[in-house]
Amino acid sequence: MKVGQLSVFIENKSGRLADVTRTLFKSGINIRALSIADTIDYGLLRLIVNEPLAARAALAEAGFTVAITEVLAIEVPDRPGGLANIIDILAEKGVNIEYMYAFVGTSGDNAIVIFRIERLDDAIAVLKEKGVRILSGEELHSI
Amino acid sequence: MYYWNREAECLERGSLDTLRSERLRATVRHAYDSVPAYRKRFDEMGLNPSDINGVEDLSKIPFTTKADFRDNYPFGMFAVPMDRVVRVHASSGTTGKSTVVGYTREDVETWAELMARTLGAGGTTHGDIVQNAYGYGLFTGGLGAHYGAERIGASVVPISGGNSKRQIQVMEDFGSTVLCCTPSYALMLGETAQEMGVDMKKLPLRVGFFGAEPWTENMRTQVEQALAIDALDIYGLSEVMGPGVSYECMEKSGLHVNEDHFIAEIIDPETSEQLPPGSKGELVFTSLTKVALPLLRYRTRDITYIDDQKCPCGRTFVRMHRVMGRTDDMLIIRGVNVFPSQIEGVLMDIKGTEPHYIIVVDRERSVMDNLEVWVEVSPEVLTDEVRALESLERHITEELQSTLGISLKVKLVEPKTIARSEGKAKRVIDRREVYS
Repeated sequence: MKVGQLSVFIENKSGRLADVTRTLFKSGINIRALSIADTIDYGLLRLIVNEPLAARAALAEAGFTVAITEVLAIEVPDRPGGLANIIDILAEKGVNIEYMYAFVGTSGDNAIVIFRIERLDDAIAVLKEKGVRILSGEELHSI
Repeated sequence: MYYWNREAECLERGSLDTLRSERLRATVRHAYDSVPAYRKRFDEMGLNPSDINGVEDLSKIPFTTKADFRDNYPFGMFAVPMDRVVRVHASSGTTGKSTVVGYTREDVETWAELMARTLGAGGTTHGDIVQNAYGYGLFTGGLGAHYGAERIGASVVPISGGNSKRQIQVMEDFGSTVLCCTPSYALMLGETAQEMGVDMKKLPLRVGFFGAEPWTENMRTQVEQALAIDALDIYGLSEVMGPGVSYECMEKSGLHVNEDHFIAEIIDPETSEQLPPGSKGELVFTSLTKVALPLLRYRTRDITYIDDQKCPCGRTFVRMHRVMGRTDDMLIIRGVNVFPSQIEGVLMDIKGTEPHYIIVVDRERSVMDNLEVWVEVSPEVLTDEVRALESLERHITEELQSTLGISLKVKLVEPKTIARSEGKAKRVIDRREVYS
């Protein structure tokens, strides 16, 4: 149910993002989704890749500080209100969303959105109850 | 030429030397009798106070260092009971504990005399308005200059440091004629005046006494031009007394050591051998009149040389060249002593930070010192949230500021930013060029 997301600490200086992508490329790792949160001095690059553990090892080897966090990959109907409905479900349950970003591929006609949620197990339970589909790591990587 | 106490400052060398030997004997006896740390060291060496007959026997006396203050924290180096101590000051220690110093009423009087000589050498009289922008508090600068100016009978404006616009406003409105602050703050005030459209040439400000941090001849020229004044260097350290240990006269050619109150020596920092005048080495002080805190051969870690040529001003006191460097890694930032070991200590105590850091000091953004501490982000503290990193950054900043007593910026950096391959890591990048 939960998907491993890599977070890579990068200083705001030219070429650092390229160093990350090149390192992953050399290790044959495919980036499936990413988002960057930044401050003046540094950024956090969040990545969904096909092989999180291998990616972490490769990045650490290249001198990066990397963390793995669990996130949810949720199938979102690709129509008006699709995302709103899911957010409503979480809001009703009082579950906070830390951040979210879109996945590159689709699941049939549906979009996939990566959610970072604070009470992960509560969120999974309520989403399942409401019939929302959450993708596993394998499902996600096979897209 | 200006003097506060011409008789003392120009005392004929022979009489001065006799006086110094007499005072040294008394100081050694006082230290031995009243401070267990001194007595223990003398006894271990089989040295007796009676072995010290005069200045020529100085090299027999063991050195005192900052570690002695730490080991005897807070009042263990004091030679009098606390009921005779009327003032306590403190400066940074190399670790969490500060270096604490004390003064009896007589010591405070002596100190005021020495600072009166310092201010007097630049022509300060009872007719002057002294704007004292040294910080007041545990730091000796503020009260040291204050008491000296009061001794002269000048009107003291105890404005303390900071708030540059108000400083200029006061300078203009009160007609301050004398300024006391750090040299970098003097430059800052020059810039502020310019921004405010105040023409310093039209203000009565005439002379400034700048110390508490190293500076260069080049900076002197800048300060003199920016503020349209004469800029004089002053030197002191709290362990020895505070400001007023040595001072420049209008010749602006080295700082006269108040030799009737202190003996200055230069030693080779490696071999500890005394070096002759003109040789560069570590400056060592012995106090001659201090009561609460007699100090025997205190190693300042400052590098300079002594010039024993007679000064055209007529003072018989030898001159020390402006401080040319340090034998340790102490930094002086906005007048505050900072040891890298203090920073390391703070980082070690913060959970999740690695003691991999680098200290960067520059004056690129302003004439004032800018201190940054770069700290490596370890996998243990990294999460997927910027918030967590920001809160870590804030936490480190607060802890460092509270320990060091100065503002600074913490910057989180990637690992290996800080090279540690070639043996001892380079911990400090000082881009200021404060030593000439």
